[in-house]
Amino acid sequence: MEEYTFLRQFADSWMLLLLFAFFVGIVIWVFRPGSSKEYKDTANIPFRHEDAPAPLKGDETAAPRGGDKPATSKEARQ
Amino acid sequence: MSNYIKLIVLGLIAIFAAIGTNYARDLAYQVHAVLVMLIAGGLFIWTLRNTDEPDILVDRSAEYMDDVIRYGVIATAFWGVVGFIAGTFIAFQLAFPALNFEWAQGYLNFGRLRPLHTSAVIFAFGGNALIATSFYVVQRTSAARLWGGNLAWFVFWGYQLFIVLAATGYVLGGTQSKEYAEPEWYVDLWLTIVWVAYLAVFLGTIVRRKEPHIYVANWFYLAFIVTVAMLHLVNNMTIPVSIWGSKSVIVWSGVQDAMIQWWYGHNAVGFFLTAGFLGMMYYFIPKQAERPVFSYKLSIIHFWALIFLYIWAGPHHLHYTALPDWASTLGMVFSIILWMPSWGGMINGLMTLSGAWDKLRTDPVIRMMVISVGFYGMSTFEGPMMSIRAVNSLSHYTDWTIGHVHSGALGWNGMITFGALYFLVPVLWKRERLYSLQMVSWHFWLATIGIVLYAASMWVTGIMEGLMWREVDANGFLVNSFADTVAAKFPMYVVRALGGVMFVAGAVIMCYNLWMTVRKAPAKEASLTVAVPAE
Repeated sequence: MEEYTFLRQFADSWMLLLLFAFFVGIVIWVFRPGSSKEYKDTANIPFRHEDAPAPLKGDETAAPRGGDKPATSKEARQ
Repeated sequence: MSNYIKLIVLGLIAIFAAIGTNYARDLAYQVHAVLVMLIAGGLFIWTLRNTDEPDILVDRSAEYMDDVIRYGVIATAFWGVVGFIAGTFIAFQLAFPALNFEWAQGYLNFGRLRPLHTSAVIFAFGGNALIATSFYVVQRTSAARLWGGNLAWFVFWGYQLFIVLAATGYVLGGTQSKEYAEPEWYVDLWLTIVWVAYLAVFLGTIVRRKEPHIYVANWFYLAFIVTVAMLHLVNNMTIPVSIWGSKSVIVWSGVQDAMIQWWYGHNAVGFFLTAGFLGMMYYFIPKQAERPVFSYKLSIIHFWALIFLYIWAGPHHLHYTALPDWASTLGMVFSIILWMPSWGGMINGLMTLSGAWDKLRTDPVIRMMVISVGFYGMSTFEGPMMSIRAVNSLSHYTDWTIGHVHSGALGWNGMITFGALYFLVPVLWKRERLYSLQMVSWHFWLATIGIVLYAASMWVTGIMEGLMWREVDANGFLVNSFADTVAAKFPMYVVRALGGVMFVAGAVIMCYNLWMTVRKAPAKEASLTVAVPAE
């Protein structure tokens, strides 16, 4: 088969299906159970660490940097 | 040690540019060679004088790298005003052709200044806004300092050099005549180097993040950086005629070249002017409204839908050309589907204000951001409509297209950038507030009315000239000559230029306001005292 025809047919069929399935998969994944709770935390990222980076591990005794809001439960677990 | 390598590289570049100055086959190349020689030579001397100085290593990992963002904010405001003035001037040139001065023919006529205007507003104003805000956002949402140390400075200054080379090149005739990709081969190569460094800084910071999740704004910024790199490389596959000249020849030919150009052109809109600026929207609107984004789930679906669809929409620029019908139909279909994720994103941005709509009354900055999202919604409805083949047969090659582009660029990109600048300047210079909210209001209304005048006059003249072009008499002869349409458009051209004047006036007010914010607004005591315990 000619290269053009092959690529054209592939793009029309399997590649299209693959991309579409990938997208549908993302939509299903977004609505997985427990996602709301996680996304609530993620959506609040812009409101943490406004003035300074997060302290390094084992550096908790150092003077607090910036006016950070308290760490999330996820950060505390680390 | 690294200084020795730097010196060798800078010395070689300076010598090469000196030879280039001598052998240059055209004026644009010669001027650029002189420019590069002076910059490389200057940096050589500067590096030499700092060599073998004792290294003072300061651990700055406990603070954000904000200097480069401050420079970026200044560059954004500066190039914005330059680009808006250039645009207003060429608008007057179209209304009053005498402004194509005889003494400046071949340098400052409309044909030379038009790419200068588009590149200044898209790549200089928009590009600097994207680089500065992406550096700001990626640090805050990753809770980490920028990766790569001075590499961020290289990105900033390297990008400014790209802008200067591009702009002076257009005026002197160094162009490859591809819309939005005019710079010639050596400028393209330079941009590639800068862009790879940009990607490295951005990705490096994400890798260093302390937050488990990558915030959605960074996804949009990353898509913008990666896709623009791909577009830039494919659309600029050129072979220089001579290493001592600016002229180059593209490897693509015929309709493939046209298709690649508009694949590039439309995705410059889709990823440079949309994805990147959506990154801004997803950070600065929640910040200014002081509440998280309306739906994080929607933002993820918005991202993937936008990324999957935009890349296919380019062929709608080539309706009724040598491009096969199936390809332009494909572009049209994807453009229309694209309406959905665009409006999904618009709804997500607007609804972030739900429960805080009163802020629209009191905070002109949020008003600016909201109207920008409004313009985004409007132009992402207008665009799919214009991509329909039947509509396109009327609208294409007319001023309607220019009106559409400007409601998107001035309304969406301009306004969200102004909003981001109003947010950033007090934060970056540690001021309590902006110098004057009243001036922000003035800016808001001048810009909004300016855009409305612009878009409305271009609708009228675009549809009018489209109808005039296709008008035939009973015997099948065309009724109007091209010059008839030009004459009929004059009043609308004056209105458009006045709209431009209002938009420039607003931007100048903004610059004064930001300047006075840094100079006069009260300093924010608290953040000054908690800064940098490490030193």
